[in-house]
Amino acid sequence: MKEFLEGSRAVAEVVKLCKPGVISAYPITPQTHIVEELARLVADGQLNSQFVNVESEHSALSCVLGAVAAGVRAYTATSSQGLLYMGEVVFNLAGLRLPLVMTCANRAISAPINIWNDQQDSVSLRDAGWIQLYAEDVQEAVDLHLIGYRLSEDKSMMLPVMVCMDGFILTHGIETVNIPAQEQVDKFLPQYQPLYKLDPQNPITMGSLVDPEAYTETRYALQKTQEEALKLIPKITAEFAKVFGRQYNGLIEEYRLKDAERAIVAMGSVCGTIKEVIDELRAKGKKVGLLKITSYRPFPAQEIYEALKNVGKVAVLDRALSLGSYAPLVSEIKAVFFGKKKKPQVASSFIVGLGGRDITKDSIKEVFRLLTARERPGEFIDLKPELLKESYE
Amino acid sequence: MSEFLFKTGHTACAGCGQSLAARLVIEASGPNTIVVNNTGCLEVFSTKYPESAWGVPWIHSLFENAAAVASGVESALKYLGKKDAINVIAQGGDGGTADIGLQALSGMLERGHDILYVCYDNEAYMNTGVQRSGLTPFDTNTTTSPVGSKSTGNILTKKPMPEIAAAHGIPYVATASVGFPQDVQRKVKKALGIKGPKYIQIHVPCPLGWRHESALTYEVARLAVETGLYPLIEFENGVFTGRKIVPRPVGEYLKTQGRFKHLLNNPEQLKIMQGIADDNIKKYNLSENISYGAQSAT
Repeated sequence: MKEFLEGSRAVAEVVKLCKPGVISAYPITPQTHIVEELARLVADGQLNSQFVNVESEHSALSCVLGAVAAGVRAYTATSSQGLLYMGEVVFNLAGLRLPLVMTCANRAISAPINIWNDQQDSVSLRDAGWIQLYAEDVQEAVDLHLIGYRLSEDKSMMLPVMVCMDGFILTHGIETVNIPAQEQVDKFLPQYQPLYKLDPQNPITMGSLVDPEAYTETRYALQKTQEEALKLIPKITAEFAKVFGRQYNGLIEEYRLKDAERAIVAMGSVCGTIKEVIDELRAKGKKVGLLKITSYRPFPAQEIYEALKNVGKVAVLDRALSLGSYAPLVSEIKAVFFGKKKKPQVASSFIVGLGGRDITKDSIKEVFRLLTARERPGEFIDLKPELLKESYE
Repeated sequence: MSEFLFKTGHTACAGCGQSLAARLVIEASGPNTIVVNNTGCLEVFSTKYPESAWGVPWIHSLFENAAAVASGVESALKYLGKKDAINVIAQGGDGGTADIGLQALSGMLERGHDILYVCYDNEAYMNTGVQRSGLTPFDTNTTTSPVGSKSTGNILTKKPMPEIAAAHGIPYVATASVGFPQDVQRKVKKALGIKGPKYIQIHVPCPLGWRHESALTYEVARLAVETGLYPLIEFENGVFTGRKIVPRPVGEYLKTQGRFKHLLNNPEQLKIMQGIADDNIKKYNLSENISYGAQSAT
């Protein structure tokens, strides 16, 4: 049913339809509206779930870890400092091979403290073993939660999924969104059937000490499963399309890219703005396009290669930094083309939208203007030079 | 195959008090139990892949989150309608409980989960090599509170964990000692018969860290209780009651262990140690015979 909903409310509605038996969360802006709405649904008897108000994000993720280990589907959401505070549990949960969907309402990292949007939080945890999917709009955020649970609980995966949605822009933005019917969701997402669980009838030990004799193999298995996910994600999105009628590739999305001479690569809500600018520039005869990365982990290197190999100049937008090195996304895009014959002549790096600085259509036009034969290793867009003059000396 | 719920063949040190106590706890709880374990000696010596000493479902996640993971396990069992049939035990060492895990434990106690939390108190970070924790006693020689020309060991007194747990208004708190095994099992069974959060702290000698003969684990544990340095107390209906003792001088306990060796010829410090025992005896009404004083400390 089509509704005009705030992003957080829409996510809460779809999480309700996924019927998690345990929800645990700790409040942090801009994640709060999601968990407040879920708490309300539980309080009103519209959702049969144990809602556990914990004393920290570390315990929120630990609590849902325990619930999944006991054989129950669970849910949590966080943001920014909260995600960093859960950091060791994030790694641990993937290593334990427990399926979960967690929403990350993307927000900047302190210091300086800043509650607004960029993607430094989830990007910083890219190596944890989780599948990371980035939403462009509220509808995609809703749908990625459904796809996420299916993927996560697939017997060949047993991996947690982080659905990343830009804080405020998507969590607080109001859009027309199609919330599926319960019967559709039940058809697509059957009841959780754990592969293993804590059960006195069949006692198992989870979370053993593993020494050098076998540790490498556990990490190898995680890596292989991530690679398998590259094949499984398009299968699940194809099935999703059959049930819900919305098409996603799940790994990448190409927008007017086939004959593009210049293209932008980006993740998240900025892709909507980029598409508008592309339409305007196309109307003026400019051959420009977009490659949207939906799945950051697993990283779809082969799909990215195929999509960009004939594009002359590529601009990679990062809403996060790897301080002291190339920005995270651009370094991986470049790695895709190392040693390849067919490749863009230029892969320039642009840093945009940190700490909630608006990325306007003009910002995107500036990126295209700077996307020339001269490769840029890390150009900050909309930088204010006057603020850089302040000094203690 | 052994029928024990905590099986033999694990890799604990000879005389390990924690392994003895862990077996007492799980045997008292029985097979319908899920155990959530903090990182620490117990986790390391009982679950080295591909082996496990546990005959009950058991999970280890991290150092400080057993109480939070157990909260999730308990919530899942409630959701499934199975909570009444299954005991949930969260357990860890003194560091994982009183220091790094205190926040998660406080949350678990506050929220009223039907979980028994067991702290195996060997009074230092033994798994990493005998560093001081919040439950290390005053004047103890550890690797991070070493005795030196300007130090008589740990400068802080033991954190009052039973009182901290009780302050959450939970229905049951107790201390126990592996030197009194039937008392351990009585308290575990009693705790599991009560709904809500329960906290039991068990004194477990560590021959390696305390530097005592590995054959003396029980005797050392008993002396800690009998001197008043480790009072056996129970908190129910809002009051603490103590197990009565005929107090023995603290020196009898201290002289069994290398970690206190530096105190034996130091009357001033011995007086302080005796004072700690005397305070316990008064506070928990352990005996009519209140004080040994400095003269009789040894």
